[in-house]
Amino acid sequence: MKEFENLGMLNINSIVYKTRLSAKFMNKKPYKKADQRMILSFIPGTVLDIMVREGQKVSKGEDLMILDAMKMQNKLKSTIDGTIKKIFVSKGNRVAKGTKLIEMK
Amino acid sequence: MAVNKKIRELQEKREKILMGGGEQAIEKQKAMGKRTARERIMALLDKDSFMEYDMFVEHDARDFDMDKKSLPSDGVIIGSGTIYGAPVAIFAQDFTVAGGSLGLMHSRKIAKIMDHALKMRIPLIGINDSGGARIQEGVNSLAGYGEIFFRNTISSGVIPQISVILGPCAGGAVYSPALMDFVFVVDNISKMFITGPEVIKTVLGEEISMEELGGARVHSEITGNAHFFAHSEDECFEQIKRLITFIPWNNSRKAKSFEPGEPDRSFDPEKIVPDDPTLPYDVKDVIRSIVDKSDFFEIMELYAKNIVIGFGRLGGRTTGFVANQPLEMAGVLDVDSSDKAARFIRYCDAFNIPIVTLVDLPGYLPGVDQEHAGVIRHGAKVLYAYSEATVPKLTVILRKAYGGGYIAMSSRHLRADFVFAWPTAEIAVMGPEGAANIIFRKEIMSSDDPDGMRKQKVEEYKAKFANPYVAAAKGYVDAVIEPKETRRFLLHAIEVSENKDVPMPEKKHGLPPF
Repeated sequence: MKEFENLGMLNINSIVYKTRLSAKFMNKKPYKKADQRMILSFIPGTVLDIMVREGQKVSKGEDLMILDAMKMQNKLKSTIDGTIKKIFVSKGNRVAKGTKLIEMK
Repeated sequence: MAVNKKIRELQEKREKILMGGGEQAIEKQKAMGKRTARERIMALLDKDSFMEYDMFVEHDARDFDMDKKSLPSDGVIIGSGTIYGAPVAIFAQDFTVAGGSLGLMHSRKIAKIMDHALKMRIPLIGINDSGGARIQEGVNSLAGYGEIFFRNTISSGVIPQISVILGPCAGGAVYSPALMDFVFVVDNISKMFITGPEVIKTVLGEEISMEELGGARVHSEITGNAHFFAHSEDECFEQIKRLITFIPWNNSRKAKSFEPGEPDRSFDPEKIVPDDPTLPYDVKDVIRSIVDKSDFFEIMELYAKNIVIGFGRLGGRTTGFVANQPLEMAGVLDVDSSDKAARFIRYCDAFNIPIVTLVDLPGYLPGVDQEHAGVIRHGAKVLYAYSEATVPKLTVILRKAYGGGYIAMSSRHLRADFVFAWPTAEIAVMGPEGAANIIFRKEIMSSDDPDGMRKQKVEEYKAKFANPYVAAAKGYVDAVIEPKETRRFLLHAIEVSENKDVPMPEKKHGLPPF
């Protein structure tokens, strides 16, 4: 039998197999439930306007900020009732996808 | 003599056109490590076999001072020739002429050779090296692309279509290769994308190079758009020539037969596969232990390595191989490997190539990413492709064949013509560990020694079900064979299937899950 290098372990239905693991498999991010209190940029763009300040109470559906991306002004609205805990960006900032924008409590 | 004078005039005209975009442009092309369009055709086809058509075609664009510009052959060379004596139709875009840009006449030339290939029922080879649409010709360029895509589609499954990316191929242009059967790419030369790095930077703020976005490696390893990866144009042409030896000219023929030869004895199937189903081995060695002269031509070698596809010969006849690869991701079926296998199965079916399937898989890859990427839809493609295929389907179950994976991998239930199993085969609804945990849950939970009880029950299940004989008792497996008998049984099965004919219900076309 041949000997193989770079073998890892892969569990499929309670059986552990000795095998090479693909880069795609190794690099996959574990699934995380979306946290409605942490607002991330869903697309890269520019912060055009921020309508709230830290400590402000907001209710569900209220406008929080405008993110300019793909030639569109995207209004970010709160999905919960709560208070603005922290604002991570300021007007004019360019943000990458997944950047923290606002944290609520 | 008037005739001589006219002949000389023709020769002069030809010479001028053969210079393409001129010395400077040719130098630039060479500096990029690229050959000119005509050089590529000469390198690929049999010596002196190329006949060029439409050399004198000129564009008739008038806007933006185009009427003052002459573009030799309108930036694309078309014609026919042979590869190892087999006729092919070919076009090659000439990057030295207006960046190989596609205008109306350029596209008409490509369409003409495509029509020719379809009418003559011979393979089409397209060499792409183009900056994209000729903007000065406006909507006529778009019309040109559309005419090409339409022909690609109509020719699909009738004649082999081979696409060679030897330069940029961007925007709409990428869809012609995507509609063709096999795409060849060369490291550092091929570049394919819908929107380039510039646009991505402007719109999304993401910086990426052309190579990282759509280079040869990306399309061979990540996107699965390319089927063959080469380090040089020469290596690429050798790959194309080799492919041509394995495939027929069209869908009403069979591939040319070659002198059969025994496999290399150093590939001993009994010594390749470990008995323990959790241990890896290279299934390509099993294929090499079966095929003529151990000569296996792999396709999509770098993409979704957990399934292996490619051509070999059995008794001199081209055979397509689909095999789970226990060495990579335990040989699971997942989104990418399903996609890879399904398309190849359909290729073989379209071109009268029998399919041998080697089975050794633990099932489907679990995970949120797989479920959300649509493993249901993609996995279904394999079931569809095997069920629909009417070419001879021969299956060998080497080791484990659990659950849905067993059904999908050309099982009897999807109308495999022959199903053979090695004595090491385990054909079961799931692996012994999982099955014991479910069936004997109560006994295990209520035992004073749950782990000991689990082990005992797993062993009981293994002894009873982890073998080929339960399936053989039902006739789902036709024969349990020794590994060393595999080639003999397959050669016989191919022989017997020579005139296979299965009636299918009449329909316009099916609806495969793509």
